[in-house]
Amino acid sequence: MVSDLSVLLTDRQGQPYSLTSERIKHLEYLCESTRRDIVDTLYKIGRGHAGPSLSMVELLISLYFEELRFDPSDPKWPDRDRFILSKGHGSLGYYAVLAQRGLIEKRELDTFESLGSRLQGHVDSNWLPWVELTTGSLGQGLSYAVGVAIAAKRQAKDLRAYCLLGDGECQEGNVWEAAMSAAKYRLDNLLAIVDWNNLQGGVTLEVMPSLEPFALKWQAFGWHTIEINGHDLQAVLQAYHQARQTKEKPTVIIARNIKGKGVSYMENKVEWHGGTVTKELHQIALEEINARLSELSQYADEKYGRNHG
Amino acid sequence: MANWKKAPIREALGKTLVELGDRYPQVLVVNADLRNSVKSIYFMEKYPDRTIEVGIAEQNMIGVAAGLASLGFIPFAVTFARFASKRAADQISMSVDYCRNNVKIIGAYAGIFTGAQGVSQQMIDDTAAMRAMPNMTVIDTADVHEVRSALLFAAEFSGPVYIRIGRDEWPVVFDETYTFELGKGRWLREGSDVVLLNSGILLPYAVEAAELLESEGISAGVVNMPSIKPIDAALINDISRNVGAIVTLEAHNVQGGFGSAVAEVTAANYPVPIEMIGLRNEYSESAPNDALLEKHHLNPPWIAAAAKRALDRKNRLRC
Repeated sequence: MVSDLSVLLTDRQGQPYSLTSERIKHLEYLCESTRRDIVDTLYKIGRGHAGPSLSMVELLISLYFEELRFDPSDPKWPDRDRFILSKGHGSLGYYAVLAQRGLIEKRELDTFESLGSRLQGHVDSNWLPWVELTTGSLGQGLSYAVGVAIAAKRQAKDLRAYCLLGDGECQEGNVWEAAMSAAKYRLDNLLAIVDWNNLQGGVTLEVMPSLEPFALKWQAFGWHTIEINGHDLQAVLQAYHQARQTKEKPTVIIARNIKGKGVSYMENKVEWHGGTVTKELHQIALEEINARLSELSQYADEKYGRNHG
Repeated sequence: MANWKKAPIREALGKTLVELGDRYPQVLVVNADLRNSVKSIYFMEKYPDRTIEVGIAEQNMIGVAAGLASLGFIPFAVTFARFASKRAADQISMSVDYCRNNVKIIGAYAGIFTGAQGVSQQMIDDTAAMRAMPNMTVIDTADVHEVRSALLFAAEFSGPVYIRIGRDEWPVVFDETYTFELGKGRWLREGSDVVLLNSGILLPYAVEAAELLESEGISAGVVNMPSIKPIDAALINDISRNVGAIVTLEAHNVQGGFGSAVAEVTAANYPVPIEMIGLRNEYSESAPNDALLEKHHLNPPWIAAAAKRALDRKNRLRC
């Protein structure tokens, strides 16, 4: 039975659609499937940033299955939307999403961080054409996205720049330099998304100079701000929609997330920034994820998702 | 002594940026304030819509330029060399050099002759930082004509470029026909005892030093080598083999700069005595240019003395 959430949105092409619970369930299924790939790769390779990858899964699945305009057969299609993963250490999660979307093969995940692999430890545009900018030296992605957005406006191109930042990354002064310039140029074709998971590199954010009040900071810099639970797919899609409707200023989505989301022993645990899982811990993670996948299995079929043509 | 006509170098920068704007619709200028100092104000006045102003935020200037380049623009990021290079060194490394984004970084006020403003407005270690980046083209400029030609080259060239440019009224060595060539040095004056190998703004003093040496019966050649990276290794090897003594000149610290680049070539191929004229592992200060030339031993008599030391070592080696 098709149940309507009575949420009317427009997609990236400007076409209206009604967000159904089936569509959300399908995305949830894709998220859990992606989490399984992350955990499997982490176990096989023995390395990777699990926490920062798991926290951004809903944000990225929503982007790549519902939001971004791109040509799956041509990563360098000139009019594509640009997605910049400024938090380059989220590489494992990003690659798993690309694999879920069919842009790379799932078996390529097994090459993660190995010699000659396109899947470098931090995302790398010299190796993988889907990557717009090599990142990992934090704080630089938003400036690049600002340049893209200015260039797109100058060329009257209907392309949007999307930039995903980490919360800890926002301690970099470069981020706020970029924020100032985005407001000056009224870049309503720019969306920043902050994966706020409240932990960084093995400590809580409380140890650090405070970024709060975070939303007020962005507002003071001239941005439209949207705060959501970044694991709530409906909220994520509505936020993307709202960002597109916001004119004359850039938008930032502050996604209050859980680091390590979806694996009980990793959630909100500082020690799961990087690291690996033992065979036993891998099994526990798989059982948790597989249980959710089986609950969602009736929504696995892509007929429940957006028609990708 | 040569009686040099002088012309203001930063005016050449400002005017050439406008010329680039006229010639290439893809050229944009990215400013980080200082447009009045580096004369990119001329471009802004003629092409306000093609001027991106990020304020005093050089890291952002470089990142924005990289993003602009990714959609086919040719951004010239223009500010003082200190801020254009090392203030944003990692942004240049990651977002421009490694990714080979087509960004042109213009380090004006390079060296120490920057209007008696002191160390914070001078730059003596930008060549060292920029030439250590694997994909970067690094150019130093001697006069207004070389500035113009190097900028024209950069607009045509695909890939990241860093250009050092001075500031002040400065002797004009070349004329309008001068053409910069990537990876090429050029003889200005033949010489068989020693060669003065110059990159950048000390060129007129190299010429004067060669005249001094000639008056003392020493045959000193002068070679200008604006292209620091790639460097003209073939010409350096020729000089090493056929002349056998070198003096390098640069308005930069001798550690890590042009002299070091020359020494890397000679050491690997044909080692010869080298004396290096430049900042001797020291910072400068605010003072009139003449005073700084003397303080740092950059004047023709000091250059000639260095040439004699190199020549003396050559002769002792060959005994």
